[in-house]
Amino acid sequence: MEHTELLIDYSRAQFALTALYHWIFVPLTLGLTFIIAIMETIYVKTLDEKWKQITKYWMGLLAINFAIGLATGIIMEFEFGTNWSNYSWIVGDIFGAPLAIEGLMAFFMESTFFAVMFFGWNKVSKKAHLTSTWLVAIGSNLSALWILIANGWMQHPVGMKFNPDSARNEMENFTEVIFNPNAVAKFLHTISSGYVLASLFVISISAWYLLKKRDVAFAKKSIVVAASFGLITSMMMLTTGDESAHQDALNQPMKLAAMEGLYRGENRAGIVAFGILENDKEVGDTKDPFKFMFEIPGALSFLGYHDINAFVPGIDDLVLGNKKHNILSVKEKMVIGKQAVKALGDYKKYKKEGNTLAMDKALKTFRATSYLMGYGYLKDPKDAVPDVALTFYSFHIMVAAGSWFLVLFMLILYYSMKNELTKKKWLLRLGLFTLPLGYAAQECGWIVAEVGRQPWAIQDLLPVGMATSNVATTSVMITFWLFAVLFTALLVAEVKIMLKQISIGPEGH
Amino acid sequence: MQSLRWIYSLYYDGFVNMRVGKTLWLLIAFKLFIMFAVVKWLFFPNIMQENFHSDKERSNYILEQLTKEN
Repeated sequence: MEHTELLIDYSRAQFALTALYHWIFVPLTLGLTFIIAIMETIYVKTLDEKWKQITKYWMGLLAINFAIGLATGIIMEFEFGTNWSNYSWIVGDIFGAPLAIEGLMAFFMESTFFAVMFFGWNKVSKKAHLTSTWLVAIGSNLSALWILIANGWMQHPVGMKFNPDSARNEMENFTEVIFNPNAVAKFLHTISSGYVLASLFVISISAWYLLKKRDVAFAKKSIVVAASFGLITSMMMLTTGDESAHQDALNQPMKLAAMEGLYRGENRAGIVAFGILENDKEVGDTKDPFKFMFEIPGALSFLGYHDINAFVPGIDDLVLGNKKHNILSVKEKMVIGKQAVKALGDYKKYKKEGNTLAMDKALKTFRATSYLMGYGYLKDPKDAVPDVALTFYSFHIMVAAGSWFLVLFMLILYYSMKNELTKKKWLLRLGLFTLPLGYAAQECGWIVAEVGRQPWAIQDLLPVGMATSNVATTSVMITFWLFAVLFTALLVAEVKIMLKQISIGPEGH
Repeated sequence: MQSLRWIYSLYYDGFVNMRVGKTLWLLIAFKLFIMFAVVKWLFFPNIMQENFHSDKERSNYILEQLTKEN
């Protein structure tokens, strides 16, 4: 595949742009549906009409977010078929099942119960309406499950076997694919981060009402539900984040090393609480990777392996190898990868010649080496290293923001319980302005997961350069800018419509 | 029949009584038009479907790409 670097970069940039914009809308839907379901449950339990008004108000904002975000993910499907056609063919059988289930589930569950939730207030009983609202919440989260199972498989491919005749990965064990520990951790961490974002969304708007001294009772009730939900789900987010890091340590150690800017592996490795990376640090040199940093000793060993004394390999160990810890160098992996590529070529050649014996031998070699096949396509061992600075800073912004959210939820609940929240203007302002940080943390999480996985489209098996199609670079460039304009316009539309509804307030709904 | 009528009235009344919803539906329609009638049609052909006639041809092409000397 003679792909230019520019084509690969634009294909990646276009996918990143689409995914990052899509991810502005999705997490809010995932979390806000649950917050609304909780609010409506309170209404059905208490029969207090104020709770019905609160529920309907947030439902209106959910509708705006849902409508604007709707179908932004479909563009990724277009990109798979055009820019990533090699990849789509190779993973087809694995992606097919989860995505088909997602499509059916999203269509039947979400669209059916969405209609009842929005249009059915006076058409169905209170309990039937409440059931629909809960089913919308569960359905939208289950849709995310199937997407993240597919993504989890790319991070840690399990339950499949490469068919050398069809050139496709074929599913061998569906249970292994859906219970892939990487996918489970990723799903739980992703949805819990969506719950936290939705809590911040409700807090931010409610704080604005409280600062403006309007719709005070509505805002106070909303903020308590959001902060309680946010506090519980923040803890879920921290726990699942820990499991995600553990999975990275086991299956994607290079990503974990990049997340921490760790070049030389060590026992009792620390987590960098704060640090600035040295710009010209190279793999294998003796330079300090940081201009300065403050670290918590042993924390990375504990996070990665749940053992404070465990050895955490660094980027140098993973690229150059470490005999003491049985880590192969990338060069050694490249040799094995090239054996796999050659064996696959031999299999194809002998099959054409009808030489069954030689075919079987080539297949045996391929099966023994194909777990590192992707390394056979790398040109330089350093190609196995992701963008360290982008991964490191994204990870640290995400973690710092997540920790702050937890503190914010606690402070809001504390002052709400003391009935002093309206007097704490500084806290309301913090609540208002934390929302952009919530969105930034969401995007950073995506960057850590996807940039940290580079150069792989499928971990260890297929580098992105081999996954792209032979299409005209100009076409990808044009659509990149087209999407940038389209998505920005959609975002501006969302913000404008949303702000208008917020300024109208719950009374006007 | 009665349940079909109920479903119809659920959607009909829902759409008729919408306020912000109408703007949103317009936006959705515009977006879907741009995505499917313009973007997909002009810029996003399914390469494997368009360039090859059978799965065998597609497999051979991918195998060739995967085993080419690099």
